[in-house]
Amino acid sequence: MEEDLPEAPIATTPSDVNHTASWRTFRPVIDLKLCTKCNVCWKFCPDDAIAFDGVGFPVIRLDYCKGCAICAEECKPKAITMVKED
Amino acid sequence: MIEIRFHGRGGQGAVIASELLAQAAFLEGKYPQSFPFFGVERRGAPVTAYTRIDDAPIQIRTSITDPDIVVVLDAQLMRTISVTAGLKPDGLLLVNSEKAPDALASSFKGRVATIDATSIALAHGLGSKATPIVNTAVLGALARASGIVTLDSVRKAVGRFVPAKQQANVMAAEDAYQHVVSLAVVP
Amino acid sequence: MTQLVISGNYAQSYAAKLARVHVVSAYPITPQTAIVEKIAEFVASGALPAEYIKVESEHSAMQACISASALGARTYTATSSQGLLLMHELLHWAAGARTPVVMGVVNRAVAPPWSIWTDHGDTMSQRDTGWIQFYGESNQEVLDTTLMAFRLAEHPEVRLPAMVTEDAFYLSHTVEPVDIPGQDQVDAFLPPRERSSTLEVGKAMRLGSFTGPEHYMEFRHKIAKAMVRTRDVFLEIEDDYARITGRNHGGLLPTYKTDDADTVLVTMGTATTTARGVVDAMRADGHKVGLAKLRTFRPFPVQELRDLATRVDRIGVLDRSFTFGAAGAAFTEVAGALYAAPHHPQLRGFVAGLGGRDITAAMVREALLDLLTRDGPESSWVELKSRTEAS
Repeated sequence: MEEDLPEAPIATTPSDVNHTASWRTFRPVIDLKLCTKCNVCWKFCPDDAIAFDGVGFPVIRLDYCKGCAICAEECKPKAITMVKED
Repeated sequence: MIEIRFHGRGGQGAVIASELLAQAAFLEGKYPQSFPFFGVERRGAPVTAYTRIDDAPIQIRTSITDPDIVVVLDAQLMRTISVTAGLKPDGLLLVNSEKAPDALASSFKGRVATIDATSIALAHGLGSKATPIVNTAVLGALARASGIVTLDSVRKAVGRFVPAKQQANVMAAEDAYQHVVSLAVVP
Repeated sequence: MTQLVISGNYAQSYAAKLARVHVVSAYPITPQTAIVEKIAEFVASGALPAEYIKVESEHSAMQACISASALGARTYTATSSQGLLLMHELLHWAAGARTPVVMGVVNRAVAPPWSIWTDHGDTMSQRDTGWIQFYGESNQEVLDTTLMAFRLAEHPEVRLPAMVTEDAFYLSHTVEPVDIPGQDQVDAFLPPRERSSTLEVGKAMRLGSFTGPEHYMEFRHKIAKAMVRTRDVFLEIEDDYARITGRNHGGLLPTYKTDDADTVLVTMGTATTTARGVVDAMRADGHKVGLAKLRTFRPFPVQELRDLATRVDRIGVLDRSFTFGAAGAAFTEVAGALYAAPHHPQLRGFVAGLGGRDITAAMVREALLDLLTRDGPESSWVELKSRTEAS
């Protein structure tokens, strides 16, 4: 209903409440023994699906990762492999 | 309504002269309107500016094609621009020139006046030899030759609205008021 | 109140200062530059305690204003011609996000070929963006309307951005006497913006994010309704302004000598002043002519035009822009407004003054005589220079 909508097109929640990764077929898995913490995966991720843990290793945010594999492609030490979802 | 057209070169102050004349007229309780016709303005390029003065609000917003008065801040412009185009036969042509008015009589059959505003401006330290700023001197001469505003109003307008060297500019206007030479119309 | 002899550009600057704007962001362009230079002076000297955000383009200037406005700031910017066109995408954003930004626009012809002189092509091509549009006739009207525009744009029933335009050079660089209202008068008329901001600092929110087909039309309809309400709200605001300053510029479609007129010319901007003089002269010759000025183009004064149409036989529309493939922009809108009206005067369009060409008294007189006495084409270009004319 028009009357129920706010005047300006505004949402009172941030966009990350929407989990946007429902169509993933492969998921990235990081081998921390190979990872050099170079952050290239984070730079190339076209979403905001890579965070960091307390010591600087990348962590995949699976609620948002669409499985595009760009991180795996760009990772220099080949620390990321794409694993088929169950 | 009196319509005045100024011809100058970018940097000489024709636009400011037209505005100062409007300010002087406003101080006398009249309705002025003043505006420039800019090219894409730059130093040395020909500049035209207009002033209208009336006793009632002005009901026209166009450039001036048939002026009552033409003011030329640089006599060299007369070689390339027809400064007297549309000037009313009983109008006034005021030129910044060291020559006597009769030397310019071939340009205009009506009343002609001259003032050596360049020497006056330089004597008062206004601008440089390459680009003397002659507008306030020309305005003093215009007040005398035309009577459209008083010298006192010119003094006040110049003193209040010229951004720098107010005193020198006022003195240049006074000097020019004293020295303008006017040629009566030859019937 | 003081009276100063100032340019249309400075009339804009003084209005922004008197409105106590919080945020100004702008990019310079001829012939608008003096507006924002003067505001920068006010800010630098402390006379106007505002945030002046320097940016690298008009696109960014409008974005800065939208963001500040969404947070509740009173915002102002100014531009012209190509700069306005570069803003185009953000103009839709300002209206869609319901941010009441006020903008001064110096009407300047659009390139190519390059021109710095006036016509209305730049703002006419923004008429579908959801902005309120005022066209100014004098420096006084520009100053007064800009102050009214802030209150109108921010009104809870409106909340739409507003532009106040002035013809390049004919107003922007023309100095003439202007009454500057006192700060106390303006404060009484225009209190600080009500706390109606869309976003809040420290609170995660999304403005203008993705909306599916189930809601988009409703958001558009809200803008449409707000624009309809604008008319009555503006009339109230102008009455209030008149109460405080003694000046009322006559609403959306001010008329001149139309009560007994059988022929009326519709004008916009500075051409109106010259046309008023022509009407006086022609009336002295016994012609029953009058004027109607499109002071607002958005909202378009449909009701006022329909009232006018019941009284007159012939209406001419003088356009300073052209909608290619159709006719003058104002002409097409007047025709559209009158088609559903019960009374249909004869209608003619005249296109004149593009790219800064003078709209002279002779041209206006010729158009009015043409309208009075001759049957001519529905739409014509006035005094085009053609080879036959030159020979």
